[in-house]
Amino acid sequence: MMTRPTTESQGFSVEAVRADFPILRTEVNGQPLAYFDNAATSQKPQAVIDRMTAYYSTENANIHRGVHALSQAATEAYEAARKVVARFIGAPESREVIFTRGTTEAINLVASGLGQTVLQKGDTILLTELEHHANIVPWQLLAERKGLRIEVAPVFDTGALDVEGMKAKIVASAPKVVAFSHASNAVGCINPARELIDAAHSAGALVVLDGAQSTAHFPVNVADLDCDFFAFSGHKVFGPTGIGALYGKADLLGSLPPYQGGGDMIEKVSFKGTSFRGLPERFEAGTPNIAGAIGLAAAMVYVDGLGREALDAQERALVEYALDALTSVKGVRVLGGDGPRVSLVSFLMDGVHPHDIASFLDAEGIAVRTGHHCAQPLMERLGIPGTTRASFAFYNTFAEIDRLVKGLHRIQKVFGS
Amino acid sequence: MSMEDLYQEIVLEHSKRPRNRRAIPQASHRAKGHNPLCGDEIEVYLKVEDERIVDLSFQGQGCAISTASASLMSESLTGLSLVEARQRFAEMMTLLKDAGVPVDASKWGDLAAVIGVRRYPGRIKCASLAWHALQGALDGRPESTTE
Repeated sequence: MMTRPTTESQGFSVEAVRADFPILRTEVNGQPLAYFDNAATSQKPQAVIDRMTAYYSTENANIHRGVHALSQAATEAYEAARKVVARFIGAPESREVIFTRGTTEAINLVASGLGQTVLQKGDTILLTELEHHANIVPWQLLAERKGLRIEVAPVFDTGALDVEGMKAKIVASAPKVVAFSHASNAVGCINPARELIDAAHSAGALVVLDGAQSTAHFPVNVADLDCDFFAFSGHKVFGPTGIGALYGKADLLGSLPPYQGGGDMIEKVSFKGTSFRGLPERFEAGTPNIAGAIGLAAAMVYVDGLGREALDAQERALVEYALDALTSVKGVRVLGGDGPRVSLVSFLMDGVHPHDIASFLDAEGIAVRTGHHCAQPLMERLGIPGTTRASFAFYNTFAEIDRLVKGLHRIQKVFGS
Repeated sequence: MSMEDLYQEIVLEHSKRPRNRRAIPQASHRAKGHNPLCGDEIEVYLKVEDERIVDLSFQGQGCAISTASASLMSESLTGLSLVEARQRFAEMMTLLKDAGVPVDASKWGDLAAVIGVRRYPGRIKCASLAWHALQGALDGRPESTTE
């Protein structure tokens, strides 16, 4: 087995970081929890839990239009959170960040808006075979309503995106909108976003980038990427559930009609007609998830405090170690190809169904995810019912990966014929 | 209860070498069962003569629990009347849902090993998949789910 790399030299101490996450002290089935389901949702540091508790304990009030002190404090905290999010993803202006419930709502918002502006009957939307259902179904619903065509860029048999194939598809299908994932939740490959965005722009298409799996794992800069829209979820970035964001270039976002109607998003309401506010309020009808936004900002401040480069290095070391260790397990095939990948391994094991693997690992306190990972079209394309996925965060350890590999050896012994 | 208690020899054996995993070309009843949680699909075939199951088979891929459950179901229900098979389905569902109901080993035989899955809530639908398909076939519904 390969020697464990160390990232201590970069001032990163995994033990110190683990102490920040109370849930990592939990035992599951009598064993210390080894949490490898970070691609589904990450754990929360004490800083986030404390910030949300403090908000509800001392600052809670509804935002905007409040004259009283608490309402002003809450409004300031909420808008400060928007600035933190904008800085975290490299958005030039904070009004380009719309708070949503998560990636799913962000994509639904942009699909709905583009469906009323840019997209006309007969137009094409280009997706890829490796998309999460959240980046397929909103477009399908829109396509049915508007009479649009959906084209799909291919993947290789490893599940990795066929980048040249996608570029050819962009040229051939002349899409109005290209929507694809920055990194795949199902197999882990990182897609060359800038290269594909340039290709899409050259063909006159707008780009919606699904950043659910990239935002937590490596520094993302939407301005450098030049994507038109970017969606992500806070709960995968060590923040609370129920909060996420849609970034959109100000002029494009500003050209979209409102998504939901209600309070806060209006300028003046009358039965003769209603006028709407500008960015970002136009897209935030009703009382938003104030505590969620504040908690998400706390998570981002926490991550930045540790240093995103150091965290990225730690996660790379973990995934390299896992990839190497898995080669020692007979009959295991890791999907996702040999290119760049986020810190997850999605694999198949000869003769053993993923659900059986997950049950055995769970009994040993190891949390992995199995199944189609909300990417049924990809599973169908690869001819498999699902995979077993271990997804890492910077607080995971090499010793935990050793437990995973040991568990897989044991499973193979039980199922070996 | 450890994993080895769930994955007893009988379960492993039936999952590796399932009985009656084949189609019945002249099936009088057939239906697909789908578990949306994992994507597994099983198709169940029945040949019924004079209100009695004379042949029962299945096709499809699944985890060890769902495959063993389908295999053992096919063995245990062949020869029963339709009324008895429906009764057995209802009893199986009760046993899977309620860990407090005792399992009569003399009645359930090797299926008792599969019923042990009820201690693992995340896996109960694996065991019930083939049974839902069976019920769908008897009711004339071509597709059913574990939901």
